[in-house]
Amino acid sequence: MALDPRQIKADFPIFAAQVRNGRELVYLDNGATTQKPRVVIDAERDFYSSEYGTVHRGIYHLSAMATGLYEAARETVADFVNARLTKEIIFTRGATDSINLVARTFGDRFIGKGDEIILSEFEHHSNMVPWLMLQERTGARLVYVRSTPDWRLDMTDLRSKLSSRTKLVAITGMSNVLGTINDIDMICQLAHEHSARVLVDGAQLVPHFGFDVRATDCDFLAFSSHKMLGPTGVGVLYLKEEIGAAVPPYLGGGDMIEYVRYDGFTTNELPYKFEAGTPNIAGVIAFAKAIEYLQGLGIENIIAHEREVTEYALDRLLSLEGIEIYGPKTPDKRGALFSFNYKDIHSHDVASILDFANIAVRAGHHCAQPLMQRLGVNSTARASFYVYNQKEEIDILRESLKQCERFLKHAVG
Amino acid sequence: MQLDDLYREVIVDHYNRPRNFGRPEKWDIMVEGKNPVCGDEIVIYLTVKDDVVSECRFEGKGCTISIASASVMTESLIGKSLGEIRLVLSDFNRLLRGEVCQRCEQYSDAIAFQGVTKFPVRVKCALLAWKTLEGAIPDSGTHQA
Repeated sequence: MALDPRQIKADFPIFAAQVRNGRELVYLDNGATTQKPRVVIDAERDFYSSEYGTVHRGIYHLSAMATGLYEAARETVADFVNARLTKEIIFTRGATDSINLVARTFGDRFIGKGDEIILSEFEHHSNMVPWLMLQERTGARLVYVRSTPDWRLDMTDLRSKLSSRTKLVAITGMSNVLGTINDIDMICQLAHEHSARVLVDGAQLVPHFGFDVRATDCDFLAFSSHKMLGPTGVGVLYLKEEIGAAVPPYLGGGDMIEYVRYDGFTTNELPYKFEAGTPNIAGVIAFAKAIEYLQGLGIENIIAHEREVTEYALDRLLSLEGIEIYGPKTPDKRGALFSFNYKDIHSHDVASILDFANIAVRAGHHCAQPLMQRLGVNSTARASFYVYNQKEEIDILRESLKQCERFLKHAVG
Repeated sequence: MQLDDLYREVIVDHYNRPRNFGRPEKWDIMVEGKNPVCGDEIVIYLTVKDDVVSECRFEGKGCTISIASASVMTESLIGKSLGEIRLVLSDFNRLLRGEVCQRCEQYSDAIAFQGVTKFPVRVKCALLAWKTLEGAIPDSGTHQA
């Protein structure tokens, strides 16, 4: 069933609240963060208002209720990514935290001097810097797979770089700059042939396409709640049970221990081993509501909607004179996210002028500075779409881009 | 609030035809600045004779606001003593905080940047060149006129 973005918008209070100068909000910064539906906002409020207590500790009714809701959320997430076991789902502060967790535990234990970690050229800083830090700690080497001329991962180059030295392939599911979607099934298959593990940075991919950890057979999957209609400060790390059991804990503190003596400790079982301290209980519970909301829309319907948006956006934007789009120019294996520059106008100027028309786009280097160098630009503007965006908003974007010239007529004339 | 407050004609003109743009053959002070948020980069070159700025040039990449602001800064610093530079820098900072600054009318087209205060996210762009230079001037901030 086709999504009706008009109707979906009505579920998001922000769109009624942010009409400026008679113009409706055109929110196109979903790659950075998404707006929240009423069910998610209500879930946090209701939990704090009438059900709040801590988890895994109290004997009293409230704590038992909070624990029940928190653990039910874990099951919702496990089901959403088709994990074999619920305990393979770790709640973190976000995708960045999830990747750092893997670097500090699996990385420190299993990736040593001379071992190699394979990355793409278009990773977000959050899937690059933790590995650069590991490189500094252990002497491991980072190896980057080349991109093809149309900004896809060069699979031939990946094949040639995989070896017995490869311990991990850490790769984005979908680039936050280019929109490129990687062939995760194939990457996992190739990596596993060399006994290398695969970490998928799913921050961009999972909200728009869902994910099946068992079908892909990936070893780690990281993603964030706030990029898929949920609250900020909540993320997920999926990791295979065998790995979770074999690596040391991440942060030390309450909940992650089984027993503590003055001279040592033993760790709790999965998933609590990796969840030290009181977690973002309300955020996790509301995140489960966001997933249920997305499931209510239907992941297949979301994929179809975004495919339609992608085709229309490529058609309308590529035909605009003076625009340069960075990333694949065809809709296959590509998300509804478009980085661009327009007529030599700096992306900050583009974003300011669009903002005046109540259009929110990102401008800057998108936490991918090495990629910006590779693209030969200092910054780009970026329009990224989600379930509440309509095709008409692409026309509004297109027309408003033309207005940039009017304000900077001297600059471009 | 009007978008024209941000893109004043004089600002667009400075962007389009930046004054004192390009690296000089020699200089006494060189300082580089970056805005890590957007990747903008700027390099400023000062030539000082008898404690007075005889030449101030810059090069770099940036948005309309950051380039125009750098252009205005170079114009307002030439002929000033190092002590006076500190005053100009602190005056421009005050202007961008939304404070009244009568002296700013004497600094090239600095006053045109008053409108930027209505766009708080762009204040950083307007201050890039000025903050960059501030770090290179000895005893910066300790002298007030």
